[in-house]
Amino acid sequence: MSPILAGVLQLTALVAALALAYRPLGDHMAAMYSSRKHLRVEKVIYRCIGADPDAQMRWPAYLRGVLAFSLAGVLFLYLLQRLQGGLPLSLGFASISPDQAFNTAASFVANTNWQSYSGEQAMGHVVQTAGLAVQNFVSAATGMAVAIALVRGFARTRTGDLGNFWADLVRGTVRILIPIAVVGALVLVACGAIQNFSGIHGVGQFLGGTQQTNGGAVASQEVIKELGTNGGGYFNANSAHPFENPNGFTNLFEVFLILVIPLALTRTFGRLVGNVRQGYAILATMGVIWLGFTALMMWTEFAHGGPALQAAGAAMEGKENRFGIGGSSIFSVATTLTSTGAVDGFHDSFTAFGGGIQLLGMMLGEIAPGGVGSGLYGMLVMAVIAVFLAGLMVGRTPEYLGKKLGTRQIKLAACYILVTPTLVLGFTAASMVLPDALGSMLNTKALGAGPHGFSEVLYAFTSGANNNGSAFGGLNANTPWYNTTIGLAMLLGRFLPMVFVLALAGSLAEQQPVPETAGTLRTEKPLFAGLLVGTILIITGLTYFPALALGPIAEGLS
Amino acid sequence: MNNSVRNTARLLGAGLRALLVLTVVCGVLYPLVVTGVAQAAFHDKANGSEVRQDGKVVGSELLGQRYDKGTDAKGNPIPDLRYFQPRPSAGLGSNKTNGVNPQYDLQVSGATNQGATNTDLIAAVKERKKWVAETYGVPESKVPADAVTSSGSGLDPDISPAYAELQITRVAKENHLDRAKVERLVKDTTEGRVLGFMGEPRVNVLRLNVGVKELLGAS
Repeated sequence: MSPILAGVLQLTALVAALALAYRPLGDHMAAMYSSRKHLRVEKVIYRCIGADPDAQMRWPAYLRGVLAFSLAGVLFLYLLQRLQGGLPLSLGFASISPDQAFNTAASFVANTNWQSYSGEQAMGHVVQTAGLAVQNFVSAATGMAVAIALVRGFARTRTGDLGNFWADLVRGTVRILIPIAVVGALVLVACGAIQNFSGIHGVGQFLGGTQQTNGGAVASQEVIKELGTNGGGYFNANSAHPFENPNGFTNLFEVFLILVIPLALTRTFGRLVGNVRQGYAILATMGVIWLGFTALMMWTEFAHGGPALQAAGAAMEGKENRFGIGGSSIFSVATTLTSTGAVDGFHDSFTAFGGGIQLLGMMLGEIAPGGVGSGLYGMLVMAVIAVFLAGLMVGRTPEYLGKKLGTRQIKLAACYILVTPTLVLGFTAASMVLPDALGSMLNTKALGAGPHGFSEVLYAFTSGANNNGSAFGGLNANTPWYNTTIGLAMLLGRFLPMVFVLALAGSLAEQQPVPETAGTLRTEKPLFAGLLVGTILIITGLTYFPALALGPIAEGLS
Repeated sequence: MNNSVRNTARLLGAGLRALLVLTVVCGVLYPLVVTGVAQAAFHDKANGSEVRQDGKVVGSELLGQRYDKGTDAKGNPIPDLRYFQPRPSAGLGSNKTNGVNPQYDLQVSGATNQGATNTDLIAAVKERKKWVAETYGVPESKVPADAVTSSGSGLDPDISPAYAELQITRVAKENHLDRAKVERLVKDTTEGRVLGFMGEPRVNVLRLNVGVKELLGAS
């Protein structure tokens, strides 16, 4: 069997597995977020928090909950790293420096998992397991909560109530993420991922002597890092490390975990607004972009353009033999289109166009299907814009799911889509004029010097602001400038959009429903999905084309 | 004013309590349960899939290692051609060189992160290609890509079946072994795709070299 055919079969199997999980998981999430019952363990948790899970929150209260919880997360994670040197179970690793600890805390709380450290030599068991892995759960549950709040904004009328943040947070964690994570982690261990609490120990080597290596709760962190679209590796090599991703099956399984919740949430959305076909239209939009990008990625990686890869005979630099080019292409598209940022092959060494596809995938705003929760709310904001554009074309007040999209709603949506481009392009431009920032580029040795180095910096801020977390690793990002600015980009890129989303949700929930008429845009039809794909590509293209032209396009054409 | 300060403090307190209780659930109970079950049900795999030969641990099946005999005058390792050679691992680092927690001697997994237009990478690929072709007596066009590129982790435990086959004659000769026996070993060690379509066919280098030693012991 040719590697290309094997790649296509892997993609087909993945689609089939996702299709099987779509309805049960989507319906389960819809039922769970609407349920009035609390599990016993949840009641205990609410008592510890001191929160009443049945109290309804208006959007400012919901937002305050999100921000207070996230701020507590940043502070706790920062302190944990700064105190690592004195904590037990830390393998004797030293404390992390202030700028790196801030960057890492911001990164994990913002669901980004950008890493300017190498896990195996810097982070002990306590920080990895009780710090970083915890944020993998709760930052994902926070994203889902905000998405559900927006969906409630569409579904509810004449009320400002969006639900209860604490209840949504705890349910998402306890009833979705933990059960899937427990099963998934054991699947990974059964295939060879490690799961232990060994200290640093020597392992005998074939030619004699020993190699020091550290153990760790790797499988349990690996599974939630994919499922919560976080992406922070236990080891520096992330999911390319054999202990995180031991074979071709686990590779595909991890891609499945990355995609399953963001896709199934469209079903949850359809259920909650009372028309599953509305969810299918959103699903179709996400699916078309995802499959299109994957096909393009396979094409460019199998074609292996670029002098070094041409000389080698295949694009195997930075890729693992057990996954091959097909498996690595599928993984890299899934990870860049979902705000995950885990990698099973190193993006900096992909072909120039492959790197461009990864960049563009993040620049879409992480919405196809996007991060858990953030993908759905990002896509719904894009849908608002698309409905507005369609309304402009025919000259009538736009409405979506029975809600009028007036000045306030469009302003909030417009603010949402301006946040990340401002951060990405602003910080990239600043880095281009600062000598210290320029010195971090590794690939200045590239032929035609500039483009690849520029791509590395553009990639770093695109990844940070869109909460992806993958990197063109050639950039040395562990400097005070990059640690600080990328840290800010991650926090602002995560929480400012949430402010606009929740404000939008609040303004929608207050409205009276508009009765559907013959003139209403049918947003559950394929025509609308097509319009939505077009809107996304045009907005992203207009925003980023000049920057892409200076980076990957210039390199790929040279 | 006082009121809003008090409200903010109360809210932050709730956030902190929520974080702490969820840390206990997701950061303590969850990993302990998973570790407990994993250690009971998959003990060897959960501890790194160690491979033993003659009762001694010779490495992890999942982690690549180097098979060198010392270094040359410039400090470059000299491959020990009695054994099958792994992929290049130019991206593999060490915590000794970057000074993080220097009391240990750990490997830092990783890739070169060199792009397709990087002149260092172009030169390295060409040089390796020449070396493989000369060492194993094959034309450069027959050298597979994985033999001249570094993997993502720097710890890739596998080589492609093509790279393994190309090394058979030399390994047999260096060890004075029957070529057919080494060929048989490669064939038996080659793993296909999972379920016929997932991943790529591969040969585990440690398993190969353990096999070579076994052949030597038997002959």
